Amino acid sequence: MSRLLEVKGLETRFFTQDGVVRAVNGISYYLDEGETLAIVGESGCGKSVSVMSLLQLIPQPPGKITGGEVWFDGKDLLQMNNDEIRHVRGNRIAMIFQDPMTSLNPVLTIGFQVSEALMLHMGMDKAAARKRSVELLELVGISQAANRLDDYPHQFSGGMRQRVMIAMGLSCNPQLLIADEPTTALDVTIQAQITDLVKRLRDEIGMAIIWITHDLGVVAGLADRMMVMYAGFIVEEAQVKDLYANPRHPYTIGLLGSLPRLDETRAHRLTSIEGLPPDLIDLPRGCPFYARCHYRIDKCASENPTLAPVGPGHTTACWVDVTQVQPTLTGAQMGVAR
Amino acid sequence: MSSNGSNQREKLVEVKDLRMWFPIVRGVLQRHVADVKAVDGLNFHIYKGETLGLVGESGCGKSTTGRAILQLYQPTTGEVLFRGQNLVRINRGQLRHMRRQMQMIFQDPYASLNPRMTVGNIVGEPLEVHNIGTKAERAERVRELLAVVGLNPYFINRYPHEFSGGQRQRIGVARALAVNPQFIVCDEPISALDVSIQAQIINLLEDLQEQFGLTYLFIAHDLSVVRHISDRIAVMYLGKIMELTTRDELYHNPMHPYTQALLSAVPIPDPAVEEKRQRIILEGDVPTPVNPPKGCNFSTRCPKVMEICRENEPEFRDYGDEHFVACWLYQK
Repeated sequence: MSRLLEVKGLETRFFTQDGVVRAVNGISYYLDEGETLAIVGESGCGKSVSVMSLLQLIPQPPGKITGGEVWFDGKDLLQMNNDEIRHVRGNRIAMIFQDPMTSLNPVLTIGFQVSEALMLHMGMDKAAARKRSVELLELVGISQAANRLDDYPHQFSGGMRQRVMIAMGLSCNPQLLIADEPTTALDVTIQAQITDLVKRLRDEIGMAIIWITHDLGVVAGLADRMMVMYAGFIVEEAQVKDLYANPRHPYTIGLLGSLPRLDETRAHRLTSIEGLPPDLIDLPRGCPFYARCHYRIDKCASENPTLAPVGPGHTTACWVDVTQVQPTLTGAQMGVAR
Repeated sequence: MSSNGSNQREKLVEVKDLRMWFPIVRGVLQRHVADVKAVDGLNFHIYKGETLGLVGESGCGKSTTGRAILQLYQPTTGEVLFRGQNLVRINRGQLRHMRRQMQMIFQDPYASLNPRMTVGNIVGEPLEVHNIGTKAERAERVRELLAVVGLNPYFINRYPHEFSGGQRQRIGVARALAVNPQFIVCDEPISALDVSIQAQIINLLEDLQEQFGLTYLFIAHDLSVVRHISDRIAVMYLGKIMELTTRDELYHNPMHPYTQALLSAVPIPDPAVEEKRQRIILEGDVPTPVNPPKGCNFSTRCPKVMEICRENEPEFRDYGDEHFVACWLYQK
């Protein structure tokens, strides 16, 4: 597989009245053609901002991409001007968003919104674009698509709107689809419909996917590789199977332990992560997870670890080898305010 | 935990044929044209000291059920018995007195706390409403409650905006505990919180139940969470309970096709398990509760639908050991 996307040292800041919010702090990663990468983390960890930055979708000001390179097909996306990046957005790289209720324009018909990109990027005329729109809507499982082109978004349910978003995303045969929490607003049976659809389309079309989520369940069955983000840093990266079976960062271990599992055999106590994520305006000098970490040592307070390999294709940012030591501190000993 | 000896167990709450219909009115004359049948004929009970999980997708009527039990809505028909007393029939004064024993924790910790009240006033308000103790005693009790839910008692004079989502939910829990209730309706208490914070609140609710012998009705859409915290689980769909049984029986022996589909749709955070799972993908969407299908409510999406399902409604029946199901597959 050849390399599709390479992100190097991406850094995004927001300059607000309260101070500089360090949302993304020099992250580097790559994506191969046809690969599915999951970016996992809690709200405010910078997962959405990191991919919005790729396509220069950060509102500027207050936001600013203060460093890094994003190589896609031999070009640095961050160096492109407005016209150039517009050619990439929606065409070679498509994006679908969390909330299907607000990402469609309520006063335009579904047909218009789907065919817009076709006319813009593919140079189709109105009739051809309409015909292709019907095919796309059928592809994502909307029945009697031809009759529904002139409907407005409010006439579609949440799951159907997300299907429309996916159809729009796929309309120009993108090489990369970025999905930002696409199933979070949906019910679990509808979520299953959508993930099933995305898997099927990926296998048929062969596009690469970046799937952003806070839900460790959804990506377990979907992604090839996974990155865990915390406070704007990547703290762990590995093949999905490896990461779930053998998590090496205390935060990843905490996240997996705090999830109730449907298939748990007996009721056990969840291992919650005490405390709160750090304020991104006032990041600690050392490891951002220091205050909540059960494995911490003195070094962690002063130096922030960088990603280092711990196994084949598995990197983590931690000074401690969690396989060698037991968690020593309890919540009370750490003196964390809840 | 187990269903053995359940005959002897005290039923704290009994719900009989509960219906909650919201009228739709049109025009200047406010003509009554239809009803939203949010809750449409529920029968179940909650044992003292247990957690009954109520799970279902958005719009299935699970929150309405919780509110109708606490008489926050006046039910259209049916009875709600709390320790044998019918809450629907008693007068306002008596109901207010009963409310000391039944409290609620709300979903959204940002909307359920008054931003202009201090934490002390928020947690102390139920005590004031019910005329419990002197001012000094109440302040002492509030400090005690904050400590119980894991907050620093010195926070008593702070305002809600100074707290994170998880901390606010702890304030909501403290308020519910203030009057020493026996029964708490937890309406999606963790859905607005981040994963790592969710576990903190779940653990807190479990600790409090043990400490104070509380009975919970735990309403949520996430079946993994509900299975973790509940002793028994009721699965709702479009205003009706489809299946009700113990947490393990529901997982190992789901009888209703909707429960089966719901279980198979819940992702498990383990790629090795996910690889081997077979999903039942339901077609289409949930019908509107204004005009539910004739017969079984699930008949429009059911993979095992039969002729009779579209004609007549199945009975909610006990198939042994209090495993209740409403499905024609098992009724001859």
